[in-house]
Amino acid sequence: MAVTRRTAFAATIGLALAWSAGAEAADPIKIAFIDPLSGPFATTGESGLRSFEFAAETLVNAKGGVLDGRMFEIVPLDNKISPKESLIQLKRAISDGINYVVQGNSSGVANALTDAIEKHNKRNPDQRVLFLNYSAVDPALTNDKCNFWHFRFDANADIKMDALTDAIGERSEIKKVYIIGQDYSFGKAVAAAAVRMLAEKRPDIEIVGNELHPIGKVKDFTPYATKIKASGAQAVITGNWGADMVGLGKAIIEAGVDSPIYTYYGAHDGITATFGPLGEGIIRSVREGTLNPPTPEFKALDDAFKAKYPDNDINQPRIFNTIAMLAKAIEAAGTTDPVKVAYALEGMEYDTIMGGKVWMRPSDHQAIQDVHISVHTNKNIVVDADNSGYGLANEKTVPMAGKDSPTSCQMERPNAA
Amino acid sequence: MTELVIFSLLNGLVTGLLLFMLSSGLTLIFSMMGVLNFAHASFYMLGAYFAYTISTYVGFWPGLVIAPLLVGVAGALVERYGLRHVHRHGHVAELIFTFGLAFLIEEIVQFFWGKATKDYSAPEILQFPLFTLYGQNFPAYKAFMILISVGIFIGLFTVLSRSRVGLIIQAAITHPHTVSNLGHNVPLVFMGVFGVGSALAGLAGVIAGPALGTFPGMAFVLGSIVFVVIVVGGLGSLAGAFVASLLIGWLQTFAIALDWSVNDLLALLGVSFDADHALRDLWTLSLPQVAPILPYILLILILIFRPTGLMGKRET
Repeated sequence: MAVTRRTAFAATIGLALAWSAGAEAADPIKIAFIDPLSGPFATTGESGLRSFEFAAETLVNAKGGVLDGRMFEIVPLDNKISPKESLIQLKRAISDGINYVVQGNSSGVANALTDAIEKHNKRNPDQRVLFLNYSAVDPALTNDKCNFWHFRFDANADIKMDALTDAIGERSEIKKVYIIGQDYSFGKAVAAAAVRMLAEKRPDIEIVGNELHPIGKVKDFTPYATKIKASGAQAVITGNWGADMVGLGKAIIEAGVDSPIYTYYGAHDGITATFGPLGEGIIRSVREGTLNPPTPEFKALDDAFKAKYPDNDINQPRIFNTIAMLAKAIEAAGTTDPVKVAYALEGMEYDTIMGGKVWMRPSDHQAIQDVHISVHTNKNIVVDADNSGYGLANEKTVPMAGKDSPTSCQMERPNAA
Repeated sequence: MTELVIFSLLNGLVTGLLLFMLSSGLTLIFSMMGVLNFAHASFYMLGAYFAYTISTYVGFWPGLVIAPLLVGVAGALVERYGLRHVHRHGHVAELIFTFGLAFLIEEIVQFFWGKATKDYSAPEILQFPLFTLYGQNFPAYKAFMILISVGIFIGLFTVLSRSRVGLIIQAAITHPHTVSNLGHNVPLVFMGVFGVGSALAGLAGVIAGPALGTFPGMAFVLGSIVFVVIVVGGLGSLAGAFVASLLIGWLQTFAIALDWSVNDLLALLGVSFDADHALRDLWTLSLPQVAPILPYILLILILIFRPTGLMGKRET
């Protein structure tokens, strides 16, 4: 009896091994996409998913895949923007044998995921997971909380603020700056970085207001705008997003402020269309991947995207870098083994479709790339946003922003063999 | 300082009058039918979205008329085919019904219009600064909002106090059975009031959409404050709702505009604390930070000390 059972067991294992070996060549490489696909932030999540699927299709699969014909497959997993839900989805991805996880919305989720993945990889050296973070910008992720398995493809909040304060610093007519943001960790981080960096670069600038408002609860931003106007501010800095960004921007402009409003998220997802002619020359965004003027390659990519999704935009170009660099790393490593792929990603230089380079800094796994200050306008716009005729025109480029920025990251590296 | 005061007065007036348009319907519905309509702000949102869609085809002005009518019809239908059936099961059932309706409308709006902010904007003819004072603009559209709201207030007051329909409504508020015995169709009056109340909320949405943004959360951010208005003003009192709307409008704008903190107050009294005191967070609390909760503090104080509200006749 025992013998029969053991034989049966061995046979099963053997069969499974044979099956997996045979399937290896054509098996898709699965990438778990853990982001909100329901609830209040579903728009953002869906927009990311669309870009990932399109990037995998055009940049990898249409070109015959990687490692002789293995295709990328994006597996959407809804985390409802909750860290708890994300960990459940991570377990699901791991039990499906997925080695690559992408996530971007909310640094709270990213912090939870990076901790869980580090623990998992320590305990399960034979089934490790790489975390490709395409949007969560909390600086801690590539500083105190960094680990070997986490790679960030967006510029972090400090790098963006560095570029933004450079732009303000160059304009000597700006003497008074007003900082306003949502009352939560990100809004506070933006304000603190702005105060610190402006003091370093332009000690003569006076911070005439530093204010936090409740997130998602302000029905009318006019009183804030009145205050901003009365303060005599010559520039406004805000990390607001979503409806809070639209409300604040509109109120400030309507109060007659014509000085620049520097934003992190003042474009796309209906925001550009809502600002329309009002925001002309006033709203500025700090971001990676310039949109106007586009490179011919990016224009072609955008045309193809628009043909498939006429109502949506490519608003996170870094997603295309994430997929392309992962494919390049897998090719370079000659395997899908996460450790080898991670080593191939470290220090990788990649020429982006948008123009410019991305360098994955080995010391902290922070992607170093050109960061752009672009302005909301309808002049010389080739790739517009929200089909509104308005879009982001490049105004200033900080090449390889934050290349020499310090990091407190000290990561443990696994054995490459 | 003068600049801040003048503009805060104006901004508070705009907010207050907008709140009045919402609360007038709500308070009428409550005083007649005893229903606290949680979905009232949802009709406000529907107004904005209807007007947005209409404006993309035929422009802003037709939307200003058509959208509130549509919302009014939707409100009347809700009363006729929903609320009237639920009414038999008492007030709790009605409350839960309108609560559910609020969620349903929000989901419907997201389903048809999506979650992104809509670019519903003021007509071009009103997109200019009406006047500029101390370098600050006062948009003509805000003046237009004031005009519409004041017009509605006068119209509503005239209808209720001077017309035959108004008399029947006033009578139905206090003595529905007597009115019904006199041969008036009280259910029809209820439906009409619910429809008109919804239409008023819809109109508020139509004119507020371009100014405050048209997005699925717009009902939520205004919903709770409207209840504060009708409780503070006195449930069922139109004049009370008017006074309370303006009061809360100004309370909120001035609280944000004035950067006073507990520290300043204590300094006036000659008291000061060192920076590392255990209750430091409390001393540094500034007026703009507590601005969002001020109306609710007012609500609680009113309920404790004057349960009838400022001008109401019955206890809440």
